[in-house]
Amino acid sequence: MDAIKFILNGGEVAYEGAATDRLLDVLRDCFGCKSVKCGCKEGECGACSVLIDGRLINSCCVAMGAVEGASVLTLEGYRETERFAALSKAFSELSAVQCGFCIPGMVLAAESVLAKNPHPSEAEIREGLSGNLCRCTGYNAIVNAVNNAAKEANGLW
Amino acid sequence: MDKISQSVVKKDHAPKIEGRSVYVGDYVTARDGRPILTGKLLHAKVARARVLSVQVPELPAGYFYVDAKDVPGDNNVNIVLDDTPVYCRETVEYIGEPIGMVVGPDEKEVQRILSGIKVNYEELEPILDLRAAEEAFFDYEFGHGDVEQAFREADKVYEEEFETGYQDQTYLETQGMMAEPEADGRMFVHGSSQCAYYIHGAVMRVLGCGPTGVHVLQDVTGGGFGGKEAFPSILGAQVAVAACKAKAPVRCVFDRREDLEYTSKRHPSLCRYKMAVKDGRVIAVDCDVIFNAGAYSTLSAVVLQRGIIAAPGVYNIPNVHVRGRAVKTNTTPCGAYRGFGGPQTFFAMERMMDHVAQDLGVDEIAFKEAHLVKQGDMTSTQGRYHFPVPLQAMIDEVDAKCQLKRKHEEYKKRQTGRFRRGIGMSAYFHGAGFTGSGERDLIKAVAKLRKYADGTVEILASNGDIGQGVRTTFPKIVANELNLPLDKVYYDHPDTARVPDSGPTVASRSLMVVGELLRRAAIKLRTVWVEGQEQEVEERFQEPDFMIPFYLDKFQGDAYPTYAWGVDAIEVEVDTFTGVTRVLNAVGNFDVGTPIDYNIVVGQMEGGFLQGIGYASIEKMDYDAKGRIRNNSFSDYLIPTTKDVPNLTAMLHVEKYPYGPYGAKGAGELPLVGATAAYVAAVEQALGAGKHPLRHAPFTAEDTVKELTKEGN
Repeated sequence: MDAIKFILNGGEVAYEGAATDRLLDVLRDCFGCKSVKCGCKEGECGACSVLIDGRLINSCCVAMGAVEGASVLTLEGYRETERFAALSKAFSELSAVQCGFCIPGMVLAAESVLAKNPHPSEAEIREGLSGNLCRCTGYNAIVNAVNNAAKEANGLW
Repeated sequence: MDKISQSVVKKDHAPKIEGRSVYVGDYVTARDGRPILTGKLLHAKVARARVLSVQVPELPAGYFYVDAKDVPGDNNVNIVLDDTPVYCRETVEYIGEPIGMVVGPDEKEVQRILSGIKVNYEELEPILDLRAAEEAFFDYEFGHGDVEQAFREADKVYEEEFETGYQDQTYLETQGMMAEPEADGRMFVHGSSQCAYYIHGAVMRVLGCGPTGVHVLQDVTGGGFGGKEAFPSILGAQVAVAACKAKAPVRCVFDRREDLEYTSKRHPSLCRYKMAVKDGRVIAVDCDVIFNAGAYSTLSAVVLQRGIIAAPGVYNIPNVHVRGRAVKTNTTPCGAYRGFGGPQTFFAMERMMDHVAQDLGVDEIAFKEAHLVKQGDMTSTQGRYHFPVPLQAMIDEVDAKCQLKRKHEEYKKRQTGRFRRGIGMSAYFHGAGFTGSGERDLIKAVAKLRKYADGTVEILASNGDIGQGVRTTFPKIVANELNLPLDKVYYDHPDTARVPDSGPTVASRSLMVVGELLRRAAIKLRTVWVEGQEQEVEERFQEPDFMIPFYLDKFQGDAYPTYAWGVDAIEVEVDTFTGVTRVLNAVGNFDVGTPIDYNIVVGQMEGGFLQGIGYASIEKMDYDAKGRIRNNSFSDYLIPTTKDVPNLTAMLHVEKYPYGPYGAKGAGELPLVGATAAYVAAVEQALGAGKHPLRHAPFTAEDTVKELTKEGN
């Protein structure tokens, strides 16, 4: 069978395993993307969120066959961008990172919110992050950080 | 704001937000480069049975089955008592109890082997309901005054029963531990945890080795909330035994279903309260508290102690009697969870005060205000509130913030529309640090500072950062005393091979107790500082001399040196068509003393408060007729999302504690403690106080519909 070819963090890669394997496992175990966290493996918590062709998706619910030809972005790629730097700064200023386990998914969810809507209202931010569970923060600091990043973005999004 | 309170960028911010932090599941190999074997537990499928035989299919090369027979030392995990087995004995006592572990290189193969194992049980009748329990692991009783006399003299006597359910900690990173046999014969155990030295002690005993035979590292930990206080000792012991047998590194990371079903959670409770009122004042309270401990005692003794000490709440009541039992049932053992017994009894006491006030025809808030304890008053255990009690000021601040009293009056009026509103208030404390003489007699914390020749200072202590920020706040304290830039002081995740035992990361003690040791150590280092030299200083815990010694056998004396105080107001709108309750406003006012970092403390308060509102409203967990936890996924066990409580405010009221660093007190647990009482009071008011006395939590949409059905509208 042909290998599954896709773009991972901007580079072309091929996966030789089964089309039914889970994207989450493959990203972590074959491509070393350990920022992608497993919180439930049932598509409920958002810790394994990645961007597939710009859409925020739980990688635990994606079979490898479905990523053929797609572009997958994890934090390993996203952390090299200016947008990430802006979000990181905003998160740091409000100490919005506690245990950190939800954060890689949360940051990609924030990117997804801002990419669609560079000037979101608080309600829109909350809606956009609502698929990503955080048990530590109560969400206020995270929501405010995304809001601050948007305000200070200067056309980044 | 004090200089020390000014927020800094957290030391672990960059590695965490960049996704570079290595959690236990992220290791690619063991430290020495060897591959890691995957371990998966064989869990009991019945709640109570004799295990007659375990038939393991023939194992491929490199795969192992591990059970109690493989334990080199003692098959008991040392927690408070030692009744929890590493792997089951002749019987299993709850669904999920570990019978054995399958270990091997390929996870799918491990799963295949696991599903091929046949366990033959002789089933026994399980006891599931705490009301049907026959055995109490712990049974305590204490009081003061003359309760019987007070009940005889009373104008009116009230009796009510209150229940609370399970709550799961639901840290985003599930339980996970790893054991690596090292070339020098030591066992290296590490993982997601709060208490490196607890694991160290437990594994020593299980492996039958001395203190140098094991060392334990706390890995970066994806949340704990108490759930990783004792459980990692059990899982750590299990992987250590497996690693011994396989002679290879073994890692076991739970999947979410395992974690929700089989790991320790908050104790369900049944509180029967009796209250005597004379001339409009509460003159006596009699509290009968029962916690469902589950199948093994784990931390139930200390959870129960904290719960019952708080049973009479924050009120000055002259005659008090308390009995508390933690009963055995054939269910998942319960354990530590933020608040540690307090949320259950404060729920009962706060609701009782509300209901008695309603019956007396006085305002609930005013009734509570009239009974608040003050500085110098006696505690439930005949200790003293040695320091100012700021509750009245805190209620006033909350009132100013959200018009608590005006709204409370307004919502008392009969409401008839589809949407009805209510607001509830709770007042509560969290005793700071270990209960009783634990710090002095058991923990005896030691902390060190090591200064290197280049002038950097390393903190050596055993408290783990689990998100609460001690990797940042500890260095802030030391840097402040040494007048160093913050980047010159650092605190790594503790490894027992390098750090002294400064105690566990529990009881909201790390910052208050160990932070103060570090502050004193820094002063010591400052006075002996020699440029260019490596130097080390040490500090040991000393009990403050104002303390009235605590005797656990009598529950007498100061159970805590001081208290963190809290006042919550929660305003809701109930949709009487659907039963869905929306939180319009949640205001928590928290006195945890001086914040050693404003953002960090506010983040703790907001996070804890939201967990409390989850516990009050949607976090329903229960077992079925066979004793199996039904809510084993995030579709069945709901925790709050970004959208559930958008209007949540944490306020800080600062009452400095002179014996904590710069006035800091215990913080982490407080914000969860009062939310259930305030939330359920608000729903009750919306439904019509007096008509609908609500006595259990969580109070879900389904419960609301049931109440409305009773009403017949």
